[in-house]
Amino acid sequence: MFAYLVRRLIYVLPVAIGVSIICFLLVHIAPGDPLTAIMPVDATQEEQAAMRAAYGLDKPLPVQYAIWVGKAVTGDLGKSIATGRPVADEVFAAVKNSLLLAFTASVIAFPIGLFLGFVAGYFRDTLIDRAVTAFAITGVSVPNYWLGIVLVIIFSVTLGWLPSMGAGPGGSGAWAWDFAHIKHLILPSVTLAVVPIGIVARTVRALVGDIFSMDFVQALQAKGMRPLDVLRHVIRNAAPTALSVMGLQLGYLLGGSILIETVFNWPGSGFLLSNAIFQRDLPLLQGTILVLALFFVTMNLIVDVAQAAIDPRIKRS
Amino acid sequence: MTLTADQADLAEPVRKAPGYWSGVFRRFLKDPVAVTCTVIVLLLILAAIFAPYLGLNDPYKASMIKRLKPIGYPGFPLGTDEQGRDMLARLIYGGRLTLFVGLVPVVLAFVFGSTLGLIAGYVGGWVNTVIMRTVDIFFAFPSVLLAIAISSALGAGIVNSLVSLTIVFIPPIARVAESATASVRSLDYIDAARASGGGALTIVRVHVLGNVLGPIFVYATSLTSVCMILAAGLSFLGIGVRPPEPEWGLMLNTLRTAIYVNPWVAALPGLMIFITSLCLNLLSDGLRSAMNVKD
Repeated sequence: MFAYLVRRLIYVLPVAIGVSIICFLLVHIAPGDPLTAIMPVDATQEEQAAMRAAYGLDKPLPVQYAIWVGKAVTGDLGKSIATGRPVADEVFAAVKNSLLLAFTASVIAFPIGLFLGFVAGYFRDTLIDRAVTAFAITGVSVPNYWLGIVLVIIFSVTLGWLPSMGAGPGGSGAWAWDFAHIKHLILPSVTLAVVPIGIVARTVRALVGDIFSMDFVQALQAKGMRPLDVLRHVIRNAAPTALSVMGLQLGYLLGGSILIETVFNWPGSGFLLSNAIFQRDLPLLQGTILVLALFFVTMNLIVDVAQAAIDPRIKRS
Repeated sequence: MTLTADQADLAEPVRKAPGYWSGVFRRFLKDPVAVTCTVIVLLLILAAIFAPYLGLNDPYKASMIKRLKPIGYPGFPLGTDEQGRDMLARLIYGGRLTLFVGLVPVVLAFVFGSTLGLIAGYVGGWVNTVIMRTVDIFFAFPSVLLAIAISSALGAGIVNSLVSLTIVFIPPIARVAESATASVRSLDYIDAARASGGGALTIVRVHVLGNVLGPIFVYATSLTSVCMILAAGLSFLGIGVRPPEPEWGLMLNTLRTAIYVNPWVAALPGLMIFITSLCLNLLSDGLRSAMNVKD
């Protein structure tokens, strides 16, 4: 197990470096001079040159990259052009809110997805299976930013039951676990949960269906094992794959919630990102994407290790 | 010209392919859901292409007094948008850009991704390492995040959206192509073909392509729905198609403010995205079972 962990960690390093290179290059593939956003229009040549030197933009790209990464590993992601505050502070405040949303969505999505997938796989080719399959494919096909708007139309505009935006009453300041705040969490997290429900249900259905058609299940049944015990064997076989799909989905929820956060004005990383895009705040854009991507890489690592821990076949390969 | 003789010999199994494809076609036609979805997608594409000949209102003509009219308003069967433009016309014209930006990147990614995956899978060694490790890096980004990152760096615009979405879908297709190619490559008949003097290009063209393109193609069709949703999503965020072009994601965004006035008109562009993406998914599922591809 330890050797596997080390191997996996060594493998993550080049990926993390690659991710940082892509994030670094984002600013440089942007059309126009990155300085134009910060410099006054009437700046002289000398002032521009001084600014360029101050930001290190006069150095060759690899050197700039080295400086940027060197600062990034110490937690310094530069300053936001729009607010002047450190990017790291902004990103971490926002990521906390995104995590809250992503976890709540997972708590809604995973049990439902697992249950539906399992039932459909168990009753393969029956009416139940068809109904679940239809529901799941609707879930993966729906543009969730549209679903969010539709839910707002139904539950906020028409019925007036739930708030349509923000993370809490009276602006979106600190989060608290009270009813007023939880009401704000319902619509965005339900919206965000729909796609993972569909994906988890589809995967688990195929998985469970395949396992039930394996010879060992028939052998267990033939020797007279009770259905519940057979089920235990099936679950044990399905668990590693189901777990990895759910882990990946959690990563997707965090990185992919940008559209939902925009729809609901949820003060998370996605909302921060869309503000950064809107204001062409490149350091903020770069920092947010870097943090989200590294979180996703870490998530994948955890999933792989957890999968290896419960499935002895993986460590050997 | 022994090579041509070789090729003729080697090409023998490929001639049986039409039998396989007509079987796929026959099985596909027996699937009513997949056929219905294909018809709907084709109708949407045809309506988008021939929009100017359908006798619709001008999709750009705004009217201050006819803003946000409800569905069924005289002269505007699906109402009007926040600038008084005809929704029906804009939804049909909107299919032009949405379907174009939603489907073309998958086609481009299919071409580039398959090529990369074939090279990596067939050549192996350090070439494989370089290509596949680069692909791994792109896998470290959730697809939505990657599309948004590249699009926001490049700026809004149709070409930029095409570029960023193509980049998003090359890595997954390359990965599928690589694993399909690598598994075919280790089969004995490839060794036999090499032993009888077939060049790499010939072997790939004659023996490998026919066996791997099917699975890659099915996989690529399963990405079209995601690509549509992402393409419209980019416009929804303001980093895709620019106004005043009719585009479903963009329309959904500009109509968001109207949900208190005329909610169901505001939801229409998203409904179009949903219908198209659902049909693309069901079509892909039908194709998958008709071609009997497993994951």
